Order: sequence, then C-alpha cells, then structure tokens
Amino acid sequence: MTILVIAEHNNAELTASTLNTVAAAKAIGGDIEVLVAGQGCSAVADAAAKIEGVSKVLLADNAAYANQLPENISLLVAEIGKNYSHILATASTNGKNYLPRVAALLDVDQISEIIAVESADTFKRPIYAGNAIATVQSNAAVKVITVRSTGFDPVAAEGGSASVENLDVAQDAGVSSFVNEELAKSDRPELAGAKIVISGGRGMQNGENFEMLYKLADKIGAAVGASRAAVDAGFVPNDMQVGQTGKIVAPQLYIAVGISGAIQHLAGMKESKVIVAINKDEEAPIFQVADYGLVGDLFQIIPELDGKL
Amino acid sequence: MKVLVAVKRVVDYNVKVRVKADNSGVDLANVKMSMNPFCEIAVEEAVRLKEKGVATEIVAVSVGPTAAQEQLRTALALGADRAILVESTEELSSLSIAKLLKGVVDKEQPQLVILGKQAIDSDNNQTGQMLAALSGYGQGTFASAVNVEGDSVKVTREIDGGAQTVDLKLPAIVTTDLRLNEPRYASLPNIMKAKKKPLETLKPEDLGVSTTSTVSTLKVEAPAARSAGIMVKSVDELVDKLKNEAKVI
Repeated sequence: MTILVIAEHNNAELTASTLNTVAAAKAIGGDIEVLVAGQGCSAVADAAAKIEGVSKVLLADNAAYANQLPENISLLVAEIGKNYSHILATASTNGKNYLPRVAALLDVDQISEIIAVESADTFKRPIYAGNAIATVQSNAAVKVITVRSTGFDPVAAEGGSASVENLDVAQDAGVSSFVNEELAKSDRPELAGAKIVISGGRGMQNGENFEMLYKLADKIGAAVGASRAAVDAGFVPNDMQVGQTGKIVAPQLYIAVGISGAIQHLAGMKESKVIVAINKDEEAPIFQVADYGLVGDLFQIIPELDGKL
Repeated sequence: MKVLVAVKRVVDYNVKVRVKADNSGVDLANVKMSMNPFCEIAVEEAVRLKEKGVATEIVAVSVGPTAAQEQLRTALALGADRAILVESTEELSSLSIAKLLKGVVDKEQPQLVILGKQAIDSDNNQTGQMLAALSGYGQGTFASAVNVEGDSVKVTREIDGGAQTVDLKLPAIVTTDLRLNEPRYASLPNIMKAKKKPLETLKPEDLGVSTTSTVSTLKVEAPAARSAGIMVKSVDELVDKLKNEAKVI
C-alpha cells in the first residue's frame, strides 16, 4: 500500500498544512510519497524530502503547473495516481479545487475533509456544517481524500531523508490560463495554523475598530479572523472569514468578539480547545459553546484586556 | 448563449439538524427544505448574465426526488426559462450527480454551467469540479466575479490568501462563492408565471448513467458536545482564568 500526498506550496515554500496531511497518511499506514507539482519549486521538494516518514518525493517542475491550474494538475495526478492506494491533499481552496477533478478522471468518489482515520478504508468527516459526523467507507481501487488540517497533529518537518525523483511530464489541458493574483499581506500568523485566534463580528461596527483586535493580536501572537457579517459589511477582506464557507480553525484559544455565533460560524471554530466569547447580548448563541463568556461592551473590554495581558 | 444552472434541494440553512437515534442519518422528516444557498447565487448570476444580454436562455436542472420540483419552480420564478428534473430517490454521490449533469450538458450543449461551490448538507464541494473533469472543460471554482468576454470567461476566485483571476475557454464550469452576488426574491407575479414554464422530467436511465457509488455511509453521529462554560464578571477574572485555569496565555 503506497499513499500519494500532494504537497501544498507557493513554489518557494512548503505550506505547513502539508505536515498535517502527511500525518493523516501515516494514520492510514503504508509507504508515503509526496508529489510536488509547480514551477521553480525544487526548494519545496527538498523541504518535502525532509518530512518525517516520507519515503520518496516526486518533483514535477513545469510551466504547466506554475499556478496550480486544476485542469493541468488533475491530468498529472490522475496519470500517476493510478498506482497508489490513496491520494491525499489538504482541504485548502487549492486541494478542493483540483482533487475532485482527479477523482472524476479516475472514476471514483472523493471523500472530503476527513477529520479522523478509522482504518485504511474508513474515515470520519463532518456534514451539515459540523452538526453531524459521518463515518464513511470506500471500496474504490484508489481512495481520493482531502484532509482537514485541524483534525490531525502535524508530523515533524525534519528527520526524513527521502530521495527526490524528477517527473518529466507536462500535462497542459489548454483550456485555462492564469491572469493574476491579489494576496492579502499580513505579518501575523496564518489563520488556519495559529495557536490563538481573535475574531471580530458585526459588533465591531467598522473596519477601523478592527485595529483594536490587531493590536491585541500582535501582543499575544494571535491571528485575526472575522465572521461573515464583518466580511460582508466590508470591515475586513474575505480571506479572514472563519466558518462553513471560510476557513476552519482549531486553535488553543479562540476569542470571539461581537460575534453572535450562527451555525455557519460555529462550523469553523467549535473544535477550538478554549473558546472565549465577548458580547453585549447575553442571549447570543456563542455563549452556549464558550468556555468563558463575558457580557459587556467590547469597546471597553478589549482595551482593558489589552492592558492586562 | 445558453446557461445551465444546477440547483439542489437541501435542509434550510437555519434549521438545527438532529441525528437519528439509529445513527442512519439526519432526521429530515417534517423539516423545512429550501434551495441550497450557493445554488441561489448561481441562479442569480445566470439571471444577471441574461439581463446583461450575455445569456439568451437559462435552463435550471436538479437531480433529486420529485419534491425537488419546488426548488426548480423557485429557479423559474427567479428568471430561469425552463427546468429539467433528473428524478432519483436514492442518495447519490457527487460523482453520480456529476455524471447525470454531464448527460444533461451533452443534451443541452450550454456554453456556461453554473453551480454552487458546495451543498450545505453534504458539504462535499466536489460536483462542479467533477462535472468539469468529465466534460473536459475549464473550471472557475469559488467565483466572486464572472465576466464573459467573447469566447472566454474571466473568473475571479476566492483563494486562501486572497483572490485569483483565471481565464477559461468557453464552454466552462463556474461554481459560486457567497460573495458573487446578492440573490433577489421571487415576486408573486413571477411565482405565478413560473407555474406555466416548462419542466421536463428525466430518469437516470434516460441519460444512460449508472449511479453506483464506491463510498458508503456506515453511520452518522452527533458531534461531541462541548461542556457548558462559565460566565465571568470582569476582564480581571477572564485574564485570571485564561492564565491559571485554561493555561492558554
């Protein structure tokens, strides 16, 4: 049984969530090989070779894969993937984009966002915005799976010494092209991997007031998230959204500020270890999942909290 | 050009679902059902393309039980011209649905197919991508902007770090993110008119598609409940609890 893990990267660096995906592969058991597809990404392949438990790294360095266009990547993965028992990718926007395409090309069903491995063919995944957990079994020859990073503790990034093998295949479907990308710049930790997350909701009232959260976040090394209401109102960019349609986080500490706690928001954060809710409405549903709740005006509480931490 | 929109009948997004006592699934008896929110956005985008003079005909399609006709009527009331229901009482996998939709695409030959990025019941986020793979078309998933220019479409996509724009040759597949648009409400006259619009019913066999799946659900459980927390009175107490009790700061 050999498992193919597709590395998540930006051509220069390996994304940390790849380590969580390798951890899921380890839980399944068997040889683990990592595919790095991109352009000018040999540094990523070298980093992947050092991951604990990886036996081989396949490097497909080609202009066709430069921007991870799913039309091209899926042809590559479907071609080499036939020889594996499992194909795993991180359930990031990238993995969600190309992996179902791979599954369809291999004519198998895909299992999305697993949070636990029961056995080599049985997995657990949340459905209905995390309000139910399904145990699913696959009898497909190749099991195609996306992994929710917060469900698995990452393996060590160092300690492995896998060989890197070059794949000389250029798959270009020729139906799509990359135009441009606008990435939000931030010095704070990445939302999905942060140990502490502070999120603001509609109660923040405007974008300027988020400065309070940024200041507090910088002090305690936290990432800043937001509810959909805050994103839709234009307070912050959409990539900060936590929830069913945004990012799923499971930090040590989640501080929800001015967030009521709709089902869709809870779907993105209720696996957090400790949840703190600060809200002026004592009836807000967020208090039903919060370990510590504080009822009051966030505009007084946040500066006070900032002063005392 | 012709636009095909796929819609799904799902439990209403405001409903707090309950897992059945026998762990066979979620209890959907007497629960409010609606059009999947992402599908509403897909319909709205198609209607806007028609209002801009880009689309000439909008065909709404659903795969599901007879009752899914309601959601197709909603799509018709919102501005779709006609509807197709691929009737199936089974719970189908995303791949089976993608194959059935491929059958409809082959029949209808649309230039653009718009789907929601995910259904809020199964949370799979697969069907659009699978349909694109089966058709060999380009895909613009998680779209927050769609601009048809001549024989291609520029799609701005929501990605983890921000936004990305790709250019796809038509015909193409687009899946909608919540930020693509704000869906309109159907007016009463439009709901009345929708009753007269054509709705064709097909069976999976008519499309020559087998709907056997490689994945089966063994059981469905309620997630582990969080134990009730405590309310603190002051910021001092909160800081104290976080430092000394939870030890997370």
